[in-house]
Amino acid sequence: MNIVVDFDKCDSNAICMGVAPKYFEVKDDNFLYVLDEHPPEDVRSLIEDAVRQCPTGAISIEDD
Amino acid sequence: MPAVTAAPDLDARRAGLDRIAIVGASLAGLSAAEALREAGFEGAVTLVGAEAHLPYDRPPLSKQVLAGDRDGQSTALRIPERYDELKLDLLLGRAAARLDATAGTLELQSGESVGYDGLIIATGASPRTLPATPELDGIHTLRTLEDCLALRREFEAGPRVAVVGAGFIGAEVAAVARGRGLDVTVLEAAPVPLERAIGAAMGRVCAALHTAHGVDLRLGVAVEDFDGSARIERVRLGDGSSIEADVVVVGVGVDPNTAWLEGSGLVLDNGIVCDATCATNVPGIFAAGDVASWHNRQYGEQMRVEHWTNAVEQGRAAARNLLAGPLAAEPFSSVPYFWSNQYDTRIQFVGHARPDDEVRVAHGAVDDDRFVALYGRAGRLVAALGFNWARLVMGYRAKIAEGIGWDEALDGAASLE
Ligand SMILES: Cc1cc2nc3c(=O)[nH]c(=O)nc-3n(C[C@H](O)[C@H](O)[C@H](O)COP(=O)(O)OP(=O)(O)OC[C@H]3O[C@@H](n4cnc5c(N)ncnc54)[C@H](O)[C@@H]3O)c2cc1C
Ligand code: SF4
Repeated sequence: MNIVVDFDKCDSNAICMGVAPKYFEVKDDNFLYVLDEHPPEDVRSLIEDAVRQCPTGAISIEDD
Repeated sequence: MPAVTAAPDLDARRAGLDRIAIVGASLAGLSAAEALREAGFEGAVTLVGAEAHLPYDRPPLSKQVLAGDRDGQSTALRIPERYDELKLDLLLGRAAARLDATAGTLELQSGESVGYDGLIIATGASPRTLPATPELDGIHTLRTLEDCLALRREFEAGPRVAVVGAGFIGAEVAAVARGRGLDVTVLEAAPVPLERAIGAAMGRVCAALHTAHGVDLRLGVAVEDFDGSARIERVRLGDGSSIEADVVVVGVGVDPNTAWLEGSGLVLDNGIVCDATCATNVPGIFAAGDVASWHNRQYGEQMRVEHWTNAVEQGRAAARNLLAGPLAAEPFSSVPYFWSNQYDTRIQFVGHARPDDEVRVAHGAVDDDRFVALYGRAGRLVAALGFNWARLVMGYRAKIAEGIGWDEALDGAASLE
């Protein structure tokens, strides 16, 4: 699984980070960073939660 | 988030739960519908919404869409195909007019009726208006896409803007208007804005943000009435003075949409009163989002939260609990979270503050427009407010949920930076 963020849409409100802090972090420059773009399959539902909760629809999961 | 353990659809069918209706087709209602399907519920799901649109997102309405940086269509919460995938019966543009909780039917304003075995109410909230607001052009509130587009059109003419109420919506509108180069006056009745939400000290910090960006901020002023012939011309204040304005935006808070439930037997008191699992006093009826007042065990208090993330999380919790049934329902315990973008500042707040909480700036400095303030009460960390420091604020959400002590939070602060 591959986490893809559309940075033109991202609003840096860090909701994804609240859901999955190991994978998303809004750093001190106020930009979102994906800490691990290829998370293991067993955290899929967590990442799906982040996808769903992102208010701008900026996150998607691509299967590799 | 509690995992669904038993096969919920089997449980649901055993409980005679074949048809679930959701009233309110916005964030909480949609989140509930998705959670029903994810939990394996295969019965009928009817989503009834007063607005004609497919569910859309509200935060951009006082931010990018109002600023003209995004168009209205971009606020759709899901692509249209998603609703087929979810197999929802969408009844949009139709408000529920009455609930017969004994018979298990909803009557819609259109005259249709919808029967249900389980019901989730997510009718949200509507802006308060000021008493005796005259019928003048140019007076606005902001809740819907139409409200936003109407206000955006007004902004294009370069009006002088008066914002009544320095809450978060009023503050964002003022920020967007200043960003478009408009003259803005903000009129706030309280001596400090946002005191109830974030306390006086931080309310003053938010106030300073406006004055630093050229807003004429008037605190402790009473709006007496609005004056004009066809269009608003001025706002009269209690002290006899008046403010010239071509556009007025009233942002004095919202009221939960419960009028249609009067006499239904549901207990209403500043929203629909629910227990810790989002269940109302009538079995099989749940509430979620801005309309729901529930017992939040995290704070041991009845509360109603008007934030985006709460609508998602509570909508999902209500759906799971409806399927689980009263014995297996789990409390929805939550540390509220919201964000607000004003000028170049990203404000984030987690938790639940009270005016008499102890407040300490634990990171950064207020003058640098980058800091995190912590709120303590009875030896516990209860809330955190950040300007431009999302990483830290989000970390505190987890710490508050864990119940971290006040001293421990202050002692540990330095190591988080
Ligand atoms: C301009 C604006 C900006 C915001 N910005 C932020 C922000 O930056 N951060 C944040 O955390 N939160 C923000 N919010 C708050 C957030 O949008 C709300 O908390 C969220 O929309 C609540 O969702 P809800 O589904 O409970 O209610 P709503 O979104 O209010 O939806 C309720 C729906 O129910 C419908 N309805 C009402 N009565 C009936 C009836 N009788 N029958 C059928 N349908 C009915 C309504 O028409 C509406 O579509 C903002 C809100 C607004 C208005
Ligand atoms: S939740 Fe969405 S908008 Fe917010 S920081 Fe994450 S990706 Fe960006």
